[in-house]
Amino acid sequence: MKISFNREACQGHNRCYLLAPELFDVDDEGYAVLLVTGDVPEQLHAKAQLAVDNCPEYAITLTEENPPA
Amino acid sequence: MSGLERCPVTDWQTDFDHTAPEYAADAPAIWQELRETCPVAHTDRFGGTWLPTRHEDISAVAHDTEHFTSRGVIVSVFEPETPAPVGYAPPITSDPPFHQIARGLLLPAFAPKAIRPLEAPTRAFCSQLIDQILVDLPASGVVDVAEQYAQHIPVRVIAHMLGVPAEDGDRFRGFIHRILEMAGQNDEPVSAEDTMVHYIFTQIEKRRGEPSDDLIGFLLQAEIDGVPLTDEHIVGTIALILLAGIDTTWSAIGASIWYFAQHPQECARLIAQPELMPFAIEEMLRAFAPVTMARKVAQDVNLGGKQLLEGDWVLLPFPSANRDPEFFENPNEVILDREKNRHAAFGLGIHRCLGSNLARMELTVALEEWLAKVPEFELAEPEAVLWSTGQVRGPRKLPIRIPAAGTPRTAKGAT
Repeated sequence: MKISFNREACQGHNRCYLLAPELFDVDDEGYAVLLVTGDVPEQLHAKAQLAVDNCPEYAITLTEENPPA
Repeated sequence: MSGLERCPVTDWQTDFDHTAPEYAADAPAIWQELRETCPVAHTDRFGGTWLPTRHEDISAVAHDTEHFTSRGVIVSVFEPETPAPVGYAPPITSDPPFHQIARGLLLPAFAPKAIRPLEAPTRAFCSQLIDQILVDLPASGVVDVAEQYAQHIPVRVIAHMLGVPAEDGDRFRGFIHRILEMAGQNDEPVSAEDTMVHYIFTQIEKRRGEPSDDLIGFLLQAEIDGVPLTDEHIVGTIALILLAGIDTTWSAIGASIWYFAQHPQECARLIAQPELMPFAIEEMLRAFAPVTMARKVAQDVNLGGKQLLEGDWVLLPFPSANRDPEFFENPNEVILDREKNRHAAFGLGIHRCLGSNLARMELTVALEEWLAKVPEFELAEPEAVLWSTGQVRGPRKLPIRIPAAGTPRTAKGAT
């Protein structure tokens, strides 16, 4: 599972930071900062999904791994 | 009530009035009916105003700064005088590109880590307020929690941030009532010394040449491109922080207590499972979002099949977006552990509530402290609950009954 974050769409609602602080920090202005690159560790999948499902600006997306070719 | 005559609303689709007491009392039902029958309603009142009620349309307006200007954010018969892109209370009344500059100045002071130090004093203040309520509790056990509890919390926090005396809180509430709740309806003269602008100028003068580490002092020292902010900018921003930070949060705290007063099982569940609190807070914000914003149409545009003309007002009832069944499952049901909750209580787009982290902290702390000290309570007189009119909706009268001396839970069972 890969996570990506669109900084342009982020308006600093801070929902991701509250729900998944292992995955998101906030900068000095309150905009989200994604802490992981690429794969989300298995134990954080549920939190990643929460961050996606609570972002009012749709700034976070999760994609399943590409199936093996 | 104002002395101005108000025509009663006969048709919410074509003649709605968001300042009418019957709207305040029953807004969720009105939004639901409009969503189903006329999702972009209109009224000729206030010079022509639209009311979209679907999440999709509200979100579209909030994200479109080309066709909609924030030059006016409180719908009234008075035309806002200060032009875009600055507006009379930056950054809420500002449009791009100035908006981002004015907002950027303030964002650090309201970022989550910056407001964290305010949590402990807020908690101590809430605790004191409740202790006093319990000490003063009459034999009937009835107390108005809107007046005696909810309203005091944001007043204290905002006074602290601005660096003004906590005792000035009563004056703040007077300003709010005149400017927001009775917008454009005042017919009683107000003396110059009693206006908010006079109050703010007095506070500014006190700080000139005497730097202070509060928000007013910060604004006096702030610069845009090496130029100090204009007096109009400083006064407008302070007015914004004062007005926007108080009755909004007061409304959310009151509405949450109103909900739990009627749902003792959910209340007990939240007390037993404190890990639900972050979800419960967002659910309170979704279900009882206090704030309806507004825009003016900057360029003719189509919205949900209606043709909006330049100069028209558009209300953005975020609480209606939050109850749209197209966007939320079971929107009229309060689900304390709702896991998918993209609510718009703090708005959407570039004007996301600057104080959202502060408001969320205040609501959380106010509710946690209340439930810890008063785990059982009920509405004393459901018909006596009074909801505010206008663009900020929350209980202004909320009499509840605290049973049998309101002893703290820990004392239960002790003899």
